[in-house]
Amino acid sequence: MENLFELFIAASLINNFVFTRYLGLCIFFGVTKKMETAVGMSITFTAVMVISSALSWVIYKAIMIPLNLTFLKIVIFIGIVAGFVQAADTIMRKVSPGLYYKLGIYLALITTNCIILAVPLINAGENYSFLQSLSFALGSGIGFALALIIMASIRERLELADVPKSFQGLPIAFVVTGLIALAFLGFSGLITL
Amino acid sequence: MSSTSNYWGLIKNGIFAENPIFRVALSLCPAVAVSSGLKNGFLMGVAVLFVQTMVNVTVSIIRRFIHPKVRIPSYMFVIATWVTVTDLMMAAFARDVYRQMGLYIQLIVAYAIILSRAELFASKNKVAPSFFDGLGMGIGFFFALIVISFFRELLGKGSLWGIPIVDFKPMLIMILPTGGFFAVGILMGLFNWIDIRFFGGGGASGGGH
Repeated sequence: MENLFELFIAASLINNFVFTRYLGLCIFFGVTKKMETAVGMSITFTAVMVISSALSWVIYKAIMIPLNLTFLKIVIFIGIVAGFVQAADTIMRKVSPGLYYKLGIYLALITTNCIILAVPLINAGENYSFLQSLSFALGSGIGFALALIIMASIRERLELADVPKSFQGLPIAFVVTGLIALAFLGFSGLITL
Repeated sequence: MSSTSNYWGLIKNGIFAENPIFRVALSLCPAVAVSSGLKNGFLMGVAVLFVQTMVNVTVSIIRRFIHPKVRIPSYMFVIATWVTVTDLMMAAFARDVYRQMGLYIQLIVAYAIILSRAELFASKNKVAPSFFDGLGMGIGFFFALIVISFFRELLGKGSLWGIPIVDFKPMLIMILPTGGFFAVGILMGLFNWIDIRFFGGGGASGGGH
């Protein structure tokens, strides 16, 4: 079974990208002001994540390793992600304008997310098989979605709280994230890989 | 020559008024990720300083040859090239540190601050101002990382640059992820407070990504 389930749990809970690897914070703080945007981002993000890491895996194994181009992986992976996002944007606009209207704006944001690039890089570094890469990508996507939704539900309440002026907005969001990260520490040691 | 003071103004702008981390709040990931020790923070700061300056210069040189429609992808490739250079250099000359934070070095490519300076400044200005803008932003970033990692290492391990300084029971929480978020949040609040109190600013950190 190639420990697919363990990889999934590890990527989504134990090594949650936001809370223990501290990646993707830019988008994390950007879209969690409202629940609606957080949910939209989660769906788009998970889909793009799985597909682009599958693409990267194929190109890495089929083209870059045989040609000894692995030192170019940063350039090529960012190209794949940017190209795929652009293609998805165009296709979605033609095929389902309704969906595009709802999720299109998140697509453009995704290219600036570090997680989307980190996952192919980790997959390449750890030499995962195709299924392992997929399950790692799916776990990361779900983990990110979980983080977004938890944070959005807290921040909606935070709007009503009486926060000192200099701490309003991002500073207090950071402190709240710290507290959630503390809670996520509880997952460590759940599974040993 | 008035341009000298202009360049100085550009550098100061990057350090305080538009400090990438505390004020503009771009590229927050490395601020939390690699700031658990002064040494890591220092190297990360140097890497970003180098990449930001070189990207600004390169983009400024080629700004007339790039069609506006493909400019963002072209900038991405310029950035990715310079990040690869940094990545390979770090792997060659700083092996121990690279093993810990190699992934974060590679991810400089996705840091919004670098793309945003290339797009907002370097694509519209000549080479020399772009160089100083990149330098200022890089120094501002460097400064922020040093401040954060200074507090985190001092409180979390009781040491600086790996050398024990004070003798007390360290607060383990400060070197855990949690501590990183706390440190950035509190310092950001402090910067806002200074801005409101002494400079009469609005005190709002920029949002977004």
